[in-house]
Amino acid sequence: MSKKNPEYDFKWCPGCGDFGVRRALEFAMINRLEETGLPIENNVVVAGIGCSGNLVHLLEGEQPYGIHGIHGRTLPVAMGVKMARPELNVIVVAGDGDFLSIGGEHIAPQAARNVNVTAVIMDNGVYGLTKGQSSPTTEMGAVTSSTPFGKVEEDLDPLELYLTLGVSFIASGFSGQPRVLARLINEGMNHDGMSMIHVQSPCVTYNDTFQLIKGNAKEGIAPALWDIPDDHDPSSKQAAYDLVQQGGLPVGVIYKDESRASLEGNMGSIRAKARERSIDQLMDAYAF
Amino acid sequence: MLMNDFVVRFAGEGGQGVVTSAEGLAQASTQVGYHALTYATFPSQILGGPTWTQARICTEPILSSGDQVDVLVAFNEEAYETHAEEVREGGVIIYNADDFTMTDPRSFGLAVDSLARSTGNNRAANMVVIGALAQLVHMPQDYLEDFVEARFRRGRDNDDEIISSNIEAMRLGRQNAAESGFVLGDLAPPNPPDYQQLMLKGNEAIALGATHAGVQFYAGYPISPATTILLWMERNLVGEDKFAYQVSSEIEAITAILGAGYAGKKAMTATAGPGISLMSEGLGLAWMAEIPLVVVDVQRGGPATGLPTTTEQSDLMGCLFPAHGDVRMPIIAPGSVEECFYGAVQAVNWAERYQGPVILMSEMSMAERVQNIPRPDLSKVAVEERLTYEGGNGYHRYSGHELSPMPLPGGPGSYVANGSEHDEMGDTTHLPSRHIQMTERRFSKLRLLEENHYESDNTQAKIALMPWGGSKGPVREAYDALREEGVDIGWYYTMFLHPIPPKLRDELRAKELVIVPELNYQGQWANILRFHRVASTPITQYTGLPFKVSELVTRVKEIMAEHMEEARA
Ligand SMILES: Cc1ncc(C[n+]2csc(CCOP(=O)(O)OP(=O)(O)O)c2C)c(N)n1
Ligand code: SF4
Ligand SMILES: [Mg+2]
Repeated sequence: MSKKNPEYDFKWCPGCGDFGVRRALEFAMINRLEETGLPIENNVVVAGIGCSGNLVHLLEGEQPYGIHGIHGRTLPVAMGVKMARPELNVIVVAGDGDFLSIGGEHIAPQAARNVNVTAVIMDNGVYGLTKGQSSPTTEMGAVTSSTPFGKVEEDLDPLELYLTLGVSFIASGFSGQPRVLARLINEGMNHDGMSMIHVQSPCVTYNDTFQLIKGNAKEGIAPALWDIPDDHDPSSKQAAYDLVQQGGLPVGVIYKDESRASLEGNMGSIRAKARERSIDQLMDAYAF
Repeated sequence: MLMNDFVVRFAGEGGQGVVTSAEGLAQASTQVGYHALTYATFPSQILGGPTWTQARICTEPILSSGDQVDVLVAFNEEAYETHAEEVREGGVIIYNADDFTMTDPRSFGLAVDSLARSTGNNRAANMVVIGALAQLVHMPQDYLEDFVEARFRRGRDNDDEIISSNIEAMRLGRQNAAESGFVLGDLAPPNPPDYQQLMLKGNEAIALGATHAGVQFYAGYPISPATTILLWMERNLVGEDKFAYQVSSEIEAITAILGAGYAGKKAMTATAGPGISLMSEGLGLAWMAEIPLVVVDVQRGGPATGLPTTTEQSDLMGCLFPAHGDVRMPIIAPGSVEECFYGAVQAVNWAERYQGPVILMSEMSMAERVQNIPRPDLSKVAVEERLTYEGGNGYHRYSGHELSPMPLPGGPGSYVANGSEHDEMGDTTHLPSRHIQMTERRFSKLRLLEENHYESDNTQAKIALMPWGGSKGPVREAYDALREEGVDIGWYYTMFLHPIPPKLRDELRAKELVIVPELNYQGQWANILRFHRVASTPITQYTGLPFKVSELVTRVKEIMAEHMEEARA
């Protein structure tokens, strides 16, 4: 939505982390335009269902293409767009519930294919849009509207999950740092393969973690946020595992495997083995 | 006796050559100008398990697999026990003497495998069978030799050896049958068609039709009886700008083709009932966001996992209304292998023309049967392209109550394809006026798909028959038999079930009664016709098997008699 649309009737709560992610994506798309000269319409934003997915309607400035589809299915939709038109830049935006719960079944196969799309996961540790139920990343024991006596499930560590499932580019960021986040998104876009940028984007209404993330010296709360040091080797899976095991909210590129071909690349190589035949030739196979 | 029609049922275990024998006989016959159709069933296990296939050979084009079995070839005793009853009076049973013996006076033994082995070619067992069958109806030897030549001459070093052992196998089969003393008659000489032909299965016809129509993107998940379309596409939908892929579920299949359809490609998937259930939400999204795509449902039996290897026509309601909310999918349901080709072309054309999802409904019985059809003249099969947006940015993709040009990502006209109710730009809205506009817009586009071809015969009759899908063949045979007996009944048929051609609907409304034979319990098409204010009544069957013509004739007469009685009362 390039300017205010009076008919559009969704608003993020003031202070919602998602504003920062939106800003970061706008920066990233402009950076890409400057780097490649390709227009903003070369981007297709595939959005999940949740407060987070509304980002696709709230982008300001030049408008990319968008699909705001059904809950949990961003990855296969994105695969369809990308493999149909590899020249497009395909970006997924989805919440933790959308991406990791209902959509969790798509992460492993799409990572194995190494589909060349960039997923920005907006993790607020809660189902925002449906008013505060627990999500896979909600802390164990937490009281939410759907866990009145505390959550009894172990909380999921998404970064470790992505590593285990073989995602070839993994970064972690914070919505409160849109410029930093934009750089991570750009790096993901430039990676030839599946990239996931996992973002802590707090929900001020149902799970306000801003203070935990940024810390509060006055109250003696140490920030969870920490920058991944320059000497971290993102090409080492072991180093990546060690890094995510340190906990907190690391900011930067955790893992990057540039040795693997993307699905487009692999399809290109199998094409050499297959013989393309015209419709007449295909029919000839049944002629007698 | 001169025969125009020859029906052979081959029964045994998976792996015994049941299918190859039937397809071999069909191929040998079409090669010399007969028409042939096979009907295949499958064992539901990988190795062994009872299975049977039927081949029908005719001098005229064939509509059904035939319910008068002239010869049963029983590869084992269980097959004999299961199928012996189906053999018509005066028919013959050939049993595999390598496997068992028996004393049915209608039967003679053929040592299928040992005879093949004696030629030095263990793989020629089906040729022994074909030779014996040919002898029973006095099919000239040179027909068979021509077939063997055509089939095995491949430019290999040992071609001659293979050909002569196969011919020898046939000769041995022939000799054994002659010695048995059984004769069925003389199969009338063929009337070789003066047009080019193809010999293929329904699923292959669908794949070819889709390819001709320009499908460039295919995603699928294995499921009987649709898997062969996926395999065909992975092998043949190759090259620049083309993509075929086995994804991880039917949810991935529908959403991936949706992404491709949005991005500008003609995209398709094929599945069976369980997959249709999983595609529900994705189909709703394609309807809502107006994205062209084609889903093929090769129906099998039953809800849930049901009967994966039998045939049924029970997904019609599920395909018309697969998703929640106000939706009604366009449906094309071919009634023959030939129509599978044209139906597939038209399904792709429809999706592009009205910018939305289209469901092509086939059936296990058509998917797996082999049949000779006239080779489509592609220069006469029109292919349609999507109306695309050519202007600048700031476009309102969803404006108005009618179809509007669709922008292609990458170029100007960016918008959000939205599965939530939306305004003209694709932004989410809850305004009642928008929901009214968009709902009407989505339904109004269906008008672009009306005015299609339908068949009609004896239209002045007050009572008519109207089958759908794969029941067309047997019902048409029943219709022909009824007409021959002088029964005054009309005939209507179309593969375009939704939207139904309006003229056809009006003609049906004028009938006192429309009888709908269909392979399901609820009479699904008969029910839909009642929505259209047609006085319809179903003839249902839910055995997992196709209709038998003779049974249809009886049931139609019963219903007609009842109707006359009621009319009198
Ligand atoms: C199939 C389906 N089930 C449930 C819903 C309801 N629903 C909408 S958003 C949502 C959860 C969103 O959580 P998350 O993905 O974390 O997004 P957030 O709102 O927190 O940004 C649910 C359960 C739905 N739209 N579709
Ligand atoms: S509910 Fe939470 S996630 Fe949703 S807009 Fe409000 S603050 Fe953001
Ligand atoms: Mg959330």
